[in-house]
Amino acid sequence: MIAEQRGRTIKNVLMCSALAFAALIAIIPLVSVFGYVFLRGFSSISVEFFTSMPRPVGETGGGMANALAGTGILIGLAGLVGIPWGLAAGIYLSEYVAAGEKGAGLGGAAIRFGIDMLASIPSIIVGLFVYVVVVMPFKHFSAWAGGLALGILMIPTVARTTEELLKMVPVHVREAGLALGLPRWKVIVYIVVKGSLRPISTGIVLAIARVSGETAPLLFTAFGNQYWSHDLSAPIASLPVQIYTYAVSPFDDWHRQAWAGALVLILFVSSLNLLTRVILKPSGRAGA
Amino acid sequence: MILKSENLEAWFGEAKALKGVGLEFESNTVTAIIGPSGCGKSTYIRCLNRLHEETPGARIGGRVLLQGRDIYGPEVDPVLLRRQIGMVFQKPNPFPSMSVYDNVAVGLKLGGIRKKRELDSRVEWSLRVAALWDEVKDKLDRPGTSLSGGQQQRLCIARALAVKPVVLLMDEPTSALDPISTARIEELLTELKKTVTIVIVTHNMQQSARISDKTAFLLMGELVEFGETSALFTTPKDKRTESYITGRFG
Repeated sequence: MIAEQRGRTIKNVLMCSALAFAALIAIIPLVSVFGYVFLRGFSSISVEFFTSMPRPVGETGGGMANALAGTGILIGLAGLVGIPWGLAAGIYLSEYVAAGEKGAGLGGAAIRFGIDMLASIPSIIVGLFVYVVVVMPFKHFSAWAGGLALGILMIPTVARTTEELLKMVPVHVREAGLALGLPRWKVIVYIVVKGSLRPISTGIVLAIARVSGETAPLLFTAFGNQYWSHDLSAPIASLPVQIYTYAVSPFDDWHRQAWAGALVLILFVSSLNLLTRVILKPSGRAGA
Repeated sequence: MILKSENLEAWFGEAKALKGVGLEFESNTVTAIIGPSGCGKSTYIRCLNRLHEETPGARIGGRVLLQGRDIYGPEVDPVLLRRQIGMVFQKPNPFPSMSVYDNVAVGLKLGGIRKKRELDSRVEWSLRVAALWDEVKDKLDRPGTSLSGGQQQRLCIARALAVKPVVLLMDEPTSALDPISTARIEELLTELKKTVTIVIVTHNMQQSARISDKTAFLLMGELVEFGETSALFTTPKDKRTESYITGRFG
């Protein structure tokens, strides 16, 4: 009896340590990536990096102001595409398909399947698609094309988080709205969606975090630009593409800039992730 | 007589939940509907405000007359009908991330009332009638969900009253509450019936005996007995009613 119990205790300790070890190994890449990028990039970060334009080869110094602005513009355009489409799809899936609306069954299942597929399509394929439907007909790369590619990549994340969050709103809350004599669309917009706005916004932030580091779909849509540009129908610089261009160049100064860019990107994405924690923290006040 | 059902039938898909229930409700009375779980009592009141049809696959037969008019008539808009027949649910369900004030005002605001003064006075009136005003008047901007369970349920009553219904349906409104909160709601109901006609579903026979003027006993989707509460509990006409109220089944 006692021997059996000791055997169990030993097994428990062994398994626990094995799992803890595995968990430790899993975070090693994260810690080392962070550490290494920080070591290499930190010394090259300066005010100039944020405010200056790239210098021609051979001149040291300069910065990535154009790429930072370009990434901002691209994220804005992506949001214009990804947020409304993603929200609309998520609301439809939760409020009409999951709720068993007549006639939504087969089409709804197809939409949900399609969105899951979209989530697993490699981002470079999305870039190729936008290249074919936007870049080729207009005969030039553009910020519009880049924004569209990133926006398409945002849709599945926004749609599925919205759907899952809305499905967590209890049925009796919707019924309470209907029982007040409110039409269904008002119940959905003003009670169900408005009540979940805070968690839904974290889904949007995560989608932005996901696409802001995308490089492949931008290579043949937004293309990149060594100069300042806010013309949306012209090629535009972006942080990931600039990092890529600089990293594969043979120049030491460009390599330093690439590390600095990588550090800025990684900090931006992690601060977006942290932002979602802040958003979800209950504030104790109503109306958020 | 303000509301009555004639031969009311209800289905969920192929399953028949109500088998021809006819009941009449007089103005300013409390009518309790009792019966064991699954007898169709919740389904019955959900047919009275046309909420039953919101469930996929659900349909009804028979008629429901509100002030003499068939609420299932082709010209009746269920949305407008539900402003006349309010409902309070089993679990307190204030709207998430809405303040106490907005929970009560939302039906009016979304119903088109915009004037601040009108909203303010209607919110205060509703909260007073629901016996909640004194407890929440200083925290109207706090989330509705921050109140206690009993307060939340009275908030839901105030929310339903704000749109001035003529009938208030209550689906086991105290079954999720402690005895003290339950007593407060029961007290409230005797006051409330001066304002609205109340139809309350309860699985608690003592509650029915305490608060209702008339009681209906449902069993397996059928109306077994309907009459004055005092008569039904002291001299039931049907054997099954007697067995149920004496605790022999259910």
